[in-house]
Amino acid sequence: MAIEQARSTGLDGTALRADFPVFDRPHRSGRPLAYLDSAASSPKPRVVIDAIADAYAHHYANVHRGIYELSEDATARYEAARKALARFIGAPSDREIVFVRNATEALNLVAYSWGRSNLGPGDRILATEMEHHANLVPWQQVAAATGAAIDYVRLTDDGRLDRDDLREKLARGPRLFAVGHVSNSLGTINPVAEITAEAHAAGALVVLDAAQSVPHMPVDVAALGVDFLALSGHKMLGPSGIGALWARRELLDAMPPFLTGGSMITRVTLEGTEWNEVPWKFEAGTPAIAEAAGLHAAIDYLANLGMANVRAHERALFSAAWSTLGEIDGLRRLGPDDPDEHAGVISFVLDGVHPHDVATIFDAEAVAVRAGHHCAQPVMQRYDLPATTRASFYVYNDLDDVARLTDAIAAVRRVFGA
Amino acid sequence: MDNLYRDFILEHYREPHNRGVLEPHDLHFADSNPTCGDELSMTIRLDEAKQRVVDVAHDGRGCAISQASASILTDELRGMTVDELRNIDPRDVLESLGVPIGPARLKCALLSYKVLQGAVIGAEARWPDETEVLAGANEGGSAP
Repeated sequence: MAIEQARSTGLDGTALRADFPVFDRPHRSGRPLAYLDSAASSPKPRVVIDAIADAYAHHYANVHRGIYELSEDATARYEAARKALARFIGAPSDREIVFVRNATEALNLVAYSWGRSNLGPGDRILATEMEHHANLVPWQQVAAATGAAIDYVRLTDDGRLDRDDLREKLARGPRLFAVGHVSNSLGTINPVAEITAEAHAAGALVVLDAAQSVPHMPVDVAALGVDFLALSGHKMLGPSGIGALWARRELLDAMPPFLTGGSMITRVTLEGTEWNEVPWKFEAGTPAIAEAAGLHAAIDYLANLGMANVRAHERALFSAAWSTLGEIDGLRRLGPDDPDEHAGVISFVLDGVHPHDVATIFDAEAVAVRAGHHCAQPVMQRYDLPATTRASFYVYNDLDDVARLTDAIAAVRRVFGA
Repeated sequence: MDNLYRDFILEHYREPHNRGVLEPHDLHFADSNPTCGDELSMTIRLDEAKQRVVDVAHDGRGCAISQASASILTDELRGMTVDELRNIDPRDVLESLGVPIGPARLKCALLSYKVLQGAVIGAEARWPDETEVLAGANEGGSAP
């Protein structure tokens, strides 16, 4: 059943691996690499690597500066990447896309710029217990700096947001609701459109950490209704060092700059400065020019596969792995059972074996997974675990990788006799 | 890798020596490895002159490497002076494990050392310098 699903998605993970040169790298075990750590970062297809090299070789000058052909070429390509990303996430205007380093920086931009100029004593921020530290620590910091209070939505035992608790905490009137689209530690897909409507009804703006969703499923900011969205390029086949903040234009227009300096100004005198228009107001200094070309190539690659196909492929791999792992005694899976509520990210623990030992033995089998707290320590505290082992899927995975995962668990059992 | 999980390590993990908490005790410290959430505490009882270790115990939860390392290290401490505890070389701690430790698992292997140093100085100790420790270790990897 699961096998038929995977084969009917239209994505052939086995064939796609040929697009990713890193899979040619020999592993010391002599076995092909089963890469199950895409939630941390994804390998890059050849087209992305080539686009970066091409940008440096043929189109490189500083952007928004030079009155000469090469700089105009570089600028046009940089802005074309912005337009491509706007289309990819359904943004009404490319002027609403701010290039930053990664989702962490995007969330910090909102916290520093919007947060510090809008929040004060008596205000509340609402986050959730399942947030990655990137969507948690900046809010704790802005709360400490402004005197605002911070609440957290509790989680159910199966890793979903407790909707009753959400309603109760929205009734306290938070100014901002910070939530992840897909939990990096549990795999939970949150019902963003629904909870955004609830948050708006309560008067809160919604900032969405979409680092784990934009790479893996169709994301349309207009359909979701959120106010801010953060993403990272390196998790969606693009280079590290570039990510983006999307926000509604009127919010960006009203926000003060985050970083200041060159490029984000229109006029500077020794007495004062006028800010550039958005999005450039938020892009101080020389940006990640070649990385933007790489991100553009990654977007084109994903759009060509079709994000609905990517999601269907990962849903099938999730279902196959979830049911296989469910048959293993002494293995506990975290997160929701329903494949419609669970992305291609599976966190699990094996009785009697620490996740770091699991990952080390997996590595000897050429199976790459993540072990640890996944930058979500409150999640570990909620489920009273020191850490978990996490396997995550992407386009280049296939059912053989699911089999490699279960074989590697058997290898752990052989070593530990557990 | 199979090297890393030799029977010697697994036996110490499954049935750790010196497990528990000493009450009363003279020295105590608890610490964790932030990268994996390993937790380890150590309690040490000294002789009447407060010079030499009479008894030692460790407690906590974590991976096979960190827990076995605590078991193996604490086996060596009875009869040592406090100064001798302070001067333990982290490279000797690695060597006593008898398995090759790479950078990814170095903190697991040295958490026991760090907690011991914390108990001696009564405050959180620093991690040993990775480059120095790894440069000297893993060449012999002699089995105990």
